[in-house]
Amino acid sequence: MLEIKNLHARIVDDGTEIIRGLNLTVKAGEVAAIMGPNGSGKSTLSYILAGREDYEVTEGDILYNGQSILEMDPAERATSGIFLAFQYPMEIPGVATMEFLKVAMNEQRKARGEEPLKIPEFLKRVKDAAASLNMDMAMLKRPLNVGFSGGEKKRAEILQMKLLEPNLCVLDETDSGLDIDALKIVSDGVNALRSPDRAIVIITHYQRLLQHIEPDTVHVLYRGQVIKSGDKSLALDLEANGYAGVIGQAA
Amino acid sequence: MNIHTTPQRTPAETALIDAFSDRLSLLPGDGTVMLKRDDAIEAIKSGLPTRRIESWHYTDLRRLLASVPDFDPAAAAKAIAPIVEGSAVLPVLNGVSSTKLPTVDGVAVQRLSEKLTDGSAAPGLDPYGTDDAIGALNTAFVADGYFVDISDGTELDKPIELQNLQAGGQTHVRLGVRVGAGAKAVIVERQAGEGAALVSSVSQLLLGEGADVTWLIVQEQPDTATHLAQFKAHLGKNAKLTLFVMNAGGKLVRQEIVVKTTGEGADFTLRGINLLAGDTHTDVTMVLDHAVPHTASTEVIRNVVTGKARGIFQGRINVHQYAQKTNAKMACNTLLLSDDGEFSTKPELEIFADDVVCGHGATVTEIDHSHLFYLMARGIDEKTARGLLVKAFVAEVIEELDDEAIVEALEARLDGWFVAHG
Ligand SMILES: Nc1ncnc2c1ncn2[C@@H]1O[C@H](COP(=O)(O)OP(=O)(O)OP(=O)(O)O)[C@@H](O)[C@H]1O
Ligand SMILES: [Mg+2]
Repeated sequence: MLEIKNLHARIVDDGTEIIRGLNLTVKAGEVAAIMGPNGSGKSTLSYILAGREDYEVTEGDILYNGQSILEMDPAERATSGIFLAFQYPMEIPGVATMEFLKVAMNEQRKARGEEPLKIPEFLKRVKDAAASLNMDMAMLKRPLNVGFSGGEKKRAEILQMKLLEPNLCVLDETDSGLDIDALKIVSDGVNALRSPDRAIVIITHYQRLLQHIEPDTVHVLYRGQVIKSGDKSLALDLEANGYAGVIGQAA
Repeated sequence: MNIHTTPQRTPAETALIDAFSDRLSLLPGDGTVMLKRDDAIEAIKSGLPTRRIESWHYTDLRRLLASVPDFDPAAAAKAIAPIVEGSAVLPVLNGVSSTKLPTVDGVAVQRLSEKLTDGSAAPGLDPYGTDDAIGALNTAFVADGYFVDISDGTELDKPIELQNLQAGGQTHVRLGVRVGAGAKAVIVERQAGEGAALVSSVSQLLLGEGADVTWLIVQEQPDTATHLAQFKAHLGKNAKLTLFVMNAGGKLVRQEIVVKTTGEGADFTLRGINLLAGDTHTDVTMVLDHAVPHTASTEVIRNVVTGKARGIFQGRINVHQYAQKTNAKMACNTLLLSDDGEFSTKPELEIFADDVVCGHGATVTEIDHSHLFYLMARGIDEKTARGLLVKAFVAEVIEELDDEAIVEALEARLDGWFVAHG
């Protein structure tokens, strides 16, 4: 489903290369975990997948369902089924959350050639999704993410993911900031989305999340490259021994 | 040598002076009123204000008012649906008030033409300050409007909507409202039409002790009209006024706001939205006098500028010597969406008391790219996402009004503007 080939990317503003020859393949139905030290380029990779303009791809390609997405803008990528749950979701004052959800859901439907949702059906879907994530509807009456606590923002990201039903889900440190109960609830939410035609990429620092959402593959990102890939035992190994060994092997 | 260098009259000045002679016999008014009209036309004869006059620095009326249309007796404006359903509508169509008016308990409505004829409207016709060009224009020509009296203690559950609607030509209208002690009301001032008119409109509001009023000015003139407006208010003891001004139209617009807190504990809030497009000029000028101690005011203005539009906000706050414990805050934020548009902000604080808290801030920004990215990353195309963010920028000010019916009504006006200019 996702094939990243020898990807090089830099920051547009100052030309610093962050992603330096990265290769990664994630198949449909697969849950892939990406781990790696702070500053290794995990969030940058997720932004590049989503099409953020602050980064520029200088070499290599990203194929999604066999097609390059490099020429697509963020909205086109999203309507083609790519979803990024942000590490730091933005607060957008003045944009009503419900209005935003309605527009976003209907854009997805438009891309699939479906009619816009009727209001009662829309409300029902939002209510059901919010209930499953233990979210208070009152929160959704506020402007988008404004004043949400760290954990509430993460839940709101997963709520959006549930409602937009993407095919490729990228979760950037969704677990950080969540309390123990919320971690379970959010993990259940993600697990419910597991399906043979959906791929999930989980960026995390902690084995704890991977106990709830069991990955099929684990990849270590370091200095803009995937330096080691393995199965879920690799995450356990990292948890026990840290990154030093893996980095040493690669060097 | 030329000693008297009186500049030549502009076509607009000449047209106004000629129109006054023509109209004089048609204008209502007793002796006092007619004398004030004479004074007013004398002020116009000495010339429309230019940029050399400080309060008109950004709006050189003499230059900008290239011509004025003739009065058009055939112009036929039609009343429109109020922005909040169920409002009591008082229409002024082409400068003429209606004889068929809704009755509201605790509210007495008089046609202004009658109050001009019997002279009871005369005291309100005096100019304020020395450069009151809008007041002069209006006093010279005003023929009608309304005077609304809301009796002490009356709490209205539906808004009163004053509609000033034009269909071309010239209209000069006055809207006076007295709100009695402890009374509570929402008043909508609608300014709209479809012609290339010259409109002058003066609103006067008197707030009794403890009165609580939300006044909404919704200006949606066509981009061919000249709209010169004034809103003047006096706030008595513990009176509370929330003034909301939305400019979403007009070719040449000047909205003056003159507010005086004359009673302790008075509270004034100004919220303004200027939606500026095309080749237009919009000037909002406020003069706020804190004349007594323990009064508060906040002003927040949000502007969206596209095309070649030009906007101005001048906010002058005078804190008089005895007005200790004044609390005044002013902010003016602009979202600039085109390179050719511009917005000028001029805050002025004149503080003669020493124990006061006053502040102001002005910003000019573009759309936040990270916000745009977030919305697009959810599949919302760029144009729609930009629209959402621009609307959000101004909607924040509307939502503060905290009254669902009003918020919805204003957001609908906002949507209308975005559909036309998005
Ligand atoms: N827009 C930017 N401007 C400047 N530096 C940037 C920018 N984006 C990324 N970087 C730098 O690139 C490197 C990788 O950052 P990135 O956020 O991708 O790391 P990460 O692996 O997600 O780290 P963490 O685990 O702390 O979230 C960091 O050194 C970061 O400072
Ligand atoms: Mg990160």
